[in-house]
Amino acid sequence: MDKAIKKWFPLFALPTVVAFTIAFLAPFIMGLYLSLCKFKTVKDAKLIGFNNYARAFSDDKFINALWFTTKFTIVSVITINILAFILAMLLTKSLKGTNVFRTLFFMPNLIGGIVLGYIWIMIINGVLYYSNATITSDPNYGFWGLVILMNWQLIGYMMIIYISGIQNISPDLLEAAEIDGANRWQKLIHVTLPQIMPSITICLFLTLTNSFKLFDQNYALTAGAPGDKTQMLALDIYNTFYGRVGWQGVGQAKAVVFFIIVAAIALTQLYLTRSKEVEN
Amino acid sequence: MADEMNNISTADEYTDTAHSSEWKKFQEGVEKEKAQKELKAEMDKIKANKKTGPKMQGTDWIKFAILVIIAIIFIAPIFLVLMNSFKGKLFVSNEPFAFPSSESFVGFDNYTNGVEKIGFFPAFIKSVVITLGSVVLLILCTSMCAWFITRVKTWYTKLMYLLFAFSMIVPFQMVMYPMSFIANTLKLDNLIGIMVIYLGFGAGLSVFMFAGFIKSVPLEIEEAAMIDGCGPIRTFFMIDFPILRPSAITVAILNAMWIWNDYLLPTLVLNDDKTLPMAIQYLRGGYGSIDMAAMMAMLVLAIIPIIIFYFACQKYIIKGVVAGAVKG
Repeated sequence: MDKAIKKWFPLFALPTVVAFTIAFLAPFIMGLYLSLCKFKTVKDAKLIGFNNYARAFSDDKFINALWFTTKFTIVSVITINILAFILAMLLTKSLKGTNVFRTLFFMPNLIGGIVLGYIWIMIINGVLYYSNATITSDPNYGFWGLVILMNWQLIGYMMIIYISGIQNISPDLLEAAEIDGANRWQKLIHVTLPQIMPSITICLFLTLTNSFKLFDQNYALTAGAPGDKTQMLALDIYNTFYGRVGWQGVGQAKAVVFFIIVAAIALTQLYLTRSKEVEN
Repeated sequence: MADEMNNISTADEYTDTAHSSEWKKFQEGVEKEKAQKELKAEMDKIKANKKTGPKMQGTDWIKFAILVIIAIIFIAPIFLVLMNSFKGKLFVSNEPFAFPSSESFVGFDNYTNGVEKIGFFPAFIKSVVITLGSVVLLILCTSMCAWFITRVKTWYTKLMYLLFAFSMIVPFQMVMYPMSFIANTLKLDNLIGIMVIYLGFGAGLSVFMFAGFIKSVPLEIEEAAMIDGCGPIRTFFMIDFPILRPSAITVAILNAMWIWNDYLLPTLVLNDDKTLPMAIQYLRGGYGSIDMAAMMAMLVLAIIPIIIFYFACQKYIIKGVVAGAVKG
């Protein structure tokens, strides 16, 4: 059968392969090469070695963005997951209208980043208006604004994943724990949490990568203001490419560093989920 | 309601139910519900015997009240946007939490204003065209490609699979500059060209997901079809494609959500055209000044289609997103 199908490669696989090469494969390889070059329009690229990387790491804006992104990621991963888990616990009790609540909580997830950003500018500026400030008057406002925005967007999504994890726990286990005299807290720590470890891994990494790679929301909410202090990595890379003449090579070097960090996060997740599968 | 969520958790179950007849589904549902009711009644009895009759109800009501409060907090932002979309510019920034009064109410002015200013309708239609076109292209091409690389086992199909999987962990910023250069050089800077880019960019996740589903299609059916004289094309479209329909819906929803909301890629690739997120971003003028009143109206217009889409295919969306999370 293999051979009969094999000759159909041009029809079955070629369109995807061509598009994939244009949109991803060729740009990826070019990107690696360009990070070692000085260039303005790609065509005039000249190899200069690791100079771009040195410039990237001595760029205050990049270091600041790296620090800001890390802080933001840690805070939002913790808040989103705790709140989503609490909601999931509440919504797996036999309460009225749990379906309506789920539907509502999930909804913000479908709204795009740009739209989300402008919704929250209005609200946050409205609150800050009473103290005569706007979201761009203090980097802290931008930081917490982003955290709130991200929570609003992702809590419902993570909640759904936690709910499906919680509902997969066999009631026998909880009952057995109850018979053994476990209180609510003990049941949570010793039965529920270990049983939903797969969901926890998924949610942790989804929030981790989503927060770390954030662009649209950051761009719409503060656009880095004041003074690039609320600029996250993705936005800093964008601005290095398109906002600073002669910095394209540095932008590409920053992008490679960004890629390596994201890939490291993803591979860690893969490793963790794999090793858990073996245990089971 | 509980078993609905259980369905979500496994993609396989989802495939099964989608193919059993409506009647069977209905009956199953009734039976499950019955069994659940019985179970619940029993549990309630046990609980009642166990000391906490009225007290449980008390805490349940507290939990319910907490949920209602959280729900209000969750909808409040959308409600505020709607409310402010009817108010004058000054009132949006000065008192966004006040209801429109006779003084601040401006009717649909913000809507007519904004629609004209950003070219809402052309942008909306272009977004629809790009999203639909790209999703159809993605479903068709990547399902065929996934079938090819799972059925043909040689070095290059293995390599392709690895590359597709690898592309999922690469952030957009890594490839955006060379990609927009290539797109420009190849004249892909129009509505059709961007679909090709989206096909290439969405290929990773889509092929990966389709390949996962195709592995569960038994080879025997295909072999029987081939022995009966079906070529690969007919085998794929008559045998595999119908079986893959539920997973195609999942892939379609994941891609549609991403492409519809995408801002950066079309900004870099498109030459003259504007998509909806680009049009909205356009309201931010130079030096960061934003016409907030028109913005509110445009946000309402941008959110309404999403909410309609969400309520129309809520089940598929939640299932799709969860399946995507688990696979990706």
